[in-house]
Amino acid sequence: MSDAAEQLDALLSRIPYARYLGMRAELAGDEMTAILPFATHLIGNPTLPAIHGGVLGAFMEMTALAQISIMQGLTRQPRPIDISVEYLRPARPLTTYARAEIRKIGRRIANVHVEAWQETRANPITLLRGHFLLSPKEEI
Amino acid sequence: MSNRTDSPKPGERGRFDWSPHAQALGFEFVSSEKAWATLKLPFREDLVGDPDSGVIAGGAVTALLDHVCGHAVMMAIDFMTPIATLDLRIDYMRAAEPGLGVFAEAHCYKVTRSIAFVRASAWDKDKGDPVATAQAAFMINSDSGRRGSGHPPEATSGQAGAR
Repeated sequence: MSDAAEQLDALLSRIPYARYLGMRAELAGDEMTAILPFATHLIGNPTLPAIHGGVLGAFMEMTALAQISIMQGLTRQPRPIDISVEYLRPARPLTTYARAEIRKIGRRIANVHVEAWQETRANPITLLRGHFLLSPKEEI
Repeated sequence: MSNRTDSPKPGERGRFDWSPHAQALGFEFVSSEKAWATLKLPFREDLVGDPDSGVIAGGAVTALLDHVCGHAVMMAIDFMTPIATLDLRIDYMRAAEPGLGVFAEAHCYKVTRSIAFVRASAWDKDKGDPVATAQAAFMINSDSGRRGSGHPPEATSGQAGAR
């Protein structure tokens, strides 16, 4: 296992909320895919059924945090400043995948876009854009 | 849902009990009135986002804000109908204090035939010092010919741009 993969495993296994959701991640070189297997406690709307919108927001937010952390080799987690989530399709009771793209990274702020999909990557179910603070000790 | 179901009345618990994820996170009902809703997310160790600080995960606050916004929409319209989040924007002002639960209040300030607009804020100790604020838009079922028919929720998926 590469250093980055070990670091990613360590990062996710240390976040209680990531464990609670059941989130994992895989690395292919420097490309990370986050994976959220379906579980009944993730359902928001039981009649569809559909995964809760907040779960997807949280999953994509942590995908962005993990991507920044492995790219930057950060010892402390970045902190979200703002996120904007767009819901394109209902999230069905299936495994959800996400990939984050760092659009700009500066000394203090990273701009990250995340796409989440289920069966077909070309048909994303949700998108996230966010800004993250790289030195969490500092006040926003 | 064979007949029309009315939305919860002010003060009634309403929608959040009905969602498995809301139950799993342990959302508590605080209050509601016409177009307004307040919920609480009690602190739990397994919802921590940063183990170094013990602060509740931003993602859990995201789920709370999404849910309280949806609740305010249900309080703003007169009948139960499937709704779907279109977009949700959240600004995180500061980290919640370690060990504290988070409250969130939402106001659905405008409803059109198909869209509801909502603002919300979340705080731990002082409502005037929020940890996060949110702005959201929801798709609501068009009531043209379907109102009260118990129309399958798939209709909402269709409107939200589904398959």
